[in-house]
Amino acid sequence: MAPNHPSLSFESRTEWLRGEGRAADVVMSSRVRLARNLAGCPFPHRGSRVHRQASLQLCRRAVVSAGLSPTLLWADLHQASPLERMLLVERHLISKHHSKSRPCGGPPGPGPDDPRGVAIALPDERVSVMVNEEDHLRIQVIRTGLALGECWREITEVDDRLEASLNYAFSPRFGYLTACPTNVGTGLRMSVMLHLPGLRLTGDIEKVKRAATDMNLAVRGFYGEGSDAAGDFYQLSNQTTLGKTERQVLDELESQIIPRVVEYERVARRMIATKRLAAVEDQVHRSLGILSHARLVSTEEAMQLLSHMRLGVVLGIIKHVDQAVVNHLMLLVQPAHLQKVLGREMDQDQRRVARADLLRAKIAR
Amino acid sequence: MKCDRCENEATVQEITIRDGARIETHLCEQCARQMGLASQSAVPLSELLTKYVLATGIGGAAASAAGRASPATECPTCRLMWSEFRRVDRLGCPDCYTAFESQLGPLLERAHEGGSRHIGKSPSRASARRAGTKEAAPPADDRVLRIATLRKQLERAVVEEQYERAAALRDQIRQLEDPADDRPGD
Repeated sequence: MAPNHPSLSFESRTEWLRGEGRAADVVMSSRVRLARNLAGCPFPHRGSRVHRQASLQLCRRAVVSAGLSPTLLWADLHQASPLERMLLVERHLISKHHSKSRPCGGPPGPGPDDPRGVAIALPDERVSVMVNEEDHLRIQVIRTGLALGECWREITEVDDRLEASLNYAFSPRFGYLTACPTNVGTGLRMSVMLHLPGLRLTGDIEKVKRAATDMNLAVRGFYGEGSDAAGDFYQLSNQTTLGKTERQVLDELESQIIPRVVEYERVARRMIATKRLAAVEDQVHRSLGILSHARLVSTEEAMQLLSHMRLGVVLGIIKHVDQAVVNHLMLLVQPAHLQKVLGREMDQDQRRVARADLLRAKIAR
Repeated sequence: MKCDRCENEATVQEITIRDGARIETHLCEQCARQMGLASQSAVPLSELLTKYVLATGIGGAAASAAGRASPATECPTCRLMWSEFRRVDRLGCPDCYTAFESQLGPLLERAHEGGSRHIGKSPSRASARRAGTKEAAPPADDRVLRIATLRKQLERAVVEEQYERAAALRDQIRQLEDPADDRPGD
C-alpha cells in the first residue's frame, strides 16, 4: 500500500463485526454489491495489460473524486505485499480472487502484479470498490445486522456518483453487462451472514440449506465462494440478476426469506435452551475451557470455538464476554490479522501458538 | 440380435403399440434408414442437448431466432470464440452480448429463473437516451480507453504487416495523447 495514504486500523472493529442492529442475534452482517463495467473496453480478464492500466486509471479517478467518504483509502494491489492483500481478504474488503488476480472459476488471471486496486471508505470500511476484479468495478456496502435496505440505498447512491463520470456498459435488453452472464442485468448480489448454531444442534440446518437452494439462493461459508461454513456461519445470497428489479430481490430477502430463517434459528435456540440446556452448556463451557487454556489453536478450531462462545453469549450462558468482543476475535485469529496485530511475520506453527496466547488473554476471566 | 430384414446386427429398436399390442421391430442401421426410422445415426450427446435446449427451452423465441440466422461463432470486437466462452464461462467484452445474443438467451433464462430481460435500474444516461431527450453530458473522458484499444489494433496491424494502417493508427494515438499538437499556432 502506498505510504502517505490513510491506513486501516487493524485493531479497530469493522462495521460488519459490530454485532448490533436488527436481528443481530442471528444476522452478523448484510452485504450488497454491484458489478459494473466500462463501455467500449474488454472485461479485465480479456483486455491487454494496457487496457487494464487504462481502466484502473479511469476508475480510480472516478472513485477518488466521487466524494464517497471524508477519508478514502486507495490501495494499489499490484504493489501491496501478500500479507497486506490477505489482510484485506480477511476484512471482507477484497475477494480472494482479487488478492491473487485470479477470477473465480474463470480463466487463470494475469498474476499478482497485474494493475488492480481497491478503494475503502474509512473509518468504518462500510463502502469499498474493487477495480479490475472480474468486472471493472465491484462496489460493496456492508453493514451490521439485517440492513439490506440501508445497504441498497447507500450503494445505489455510490453507483450514481460513479456513473456521473464513467460510461457504463449497459444494454436495454440485458442491463448492466458483466464478464460472467450470471451477474448480468442488475449486477446485484445481496447477501447476509447468518450464525446458525441452533439449527445445527437440532439437525435442521440441511433442511434450511435445501430450502434456500430451492429458492434459487446461494449458500456459502464465512469467506464466500468456495469456503466452508466455518463455525456455523452461512452466507445466503440471491443468484438471479436478470428479470427481477432490485426492489424485488430486496423485498424477497429482507421481508420474506431472511426473517423466516431468523425465526427458525431462534425457535431452535429456545428449544435447546429448554430441552437440551445441559448439552449446550456443556459445549459452551468446554469451548470456553479450551479458549482459556489451550496452547496451540488453528484458525478453523478458533472459529468453531468462538461460534460456541457466541451462542453462549446470546443464550446468556456466558456473561463476562460481550458479543462484539467475540465477533472481533473472529477477525483477529485470522492468519494475516494475527501477524499484523503482533507486528511480525510467522509461519503456521508459530501462528498456532500466538493465536492461543491471544485468545487466552482476551477470553480468560 | 439380427436385423429383421437382413443378416446385419440390429442396432435400432422400434416399439409400436397398436390396439393394445406391443410390436417390436429390430433393424440394422441401414434398413432402419431405408424405412425412415433412424433419420441420423449417432448424434453426439452434446449436439442433442443443444438441440433439445434450443428447441424446447423456455427461450422459444430466442431459439427460433437462432434457427433462422446461423449463430455467431466469434465476437467481432474482442475475437472471443463462442467455444472459448463455454470453456471459461466468461465473456470477453460488452459487445459479446450482442454478438452471441441468440445463443445466450436460453443460457440466461436457465441461470435467472426464466428471466430474459432487464427490468431493473438503468444508468441515467441510458434513461435519457430512451426518453428521447438530449443525451446527458458524456463522461469525463474515455480517451485512455480509446488509446488502449488503438494500441492493441496497432500491435495487430504490425503483426499482420499492414504498415499503412499501422501508421494511421499511430497518428490517431498521437493525436489523442496530445491534442495540443493539432491546434494551429498554439
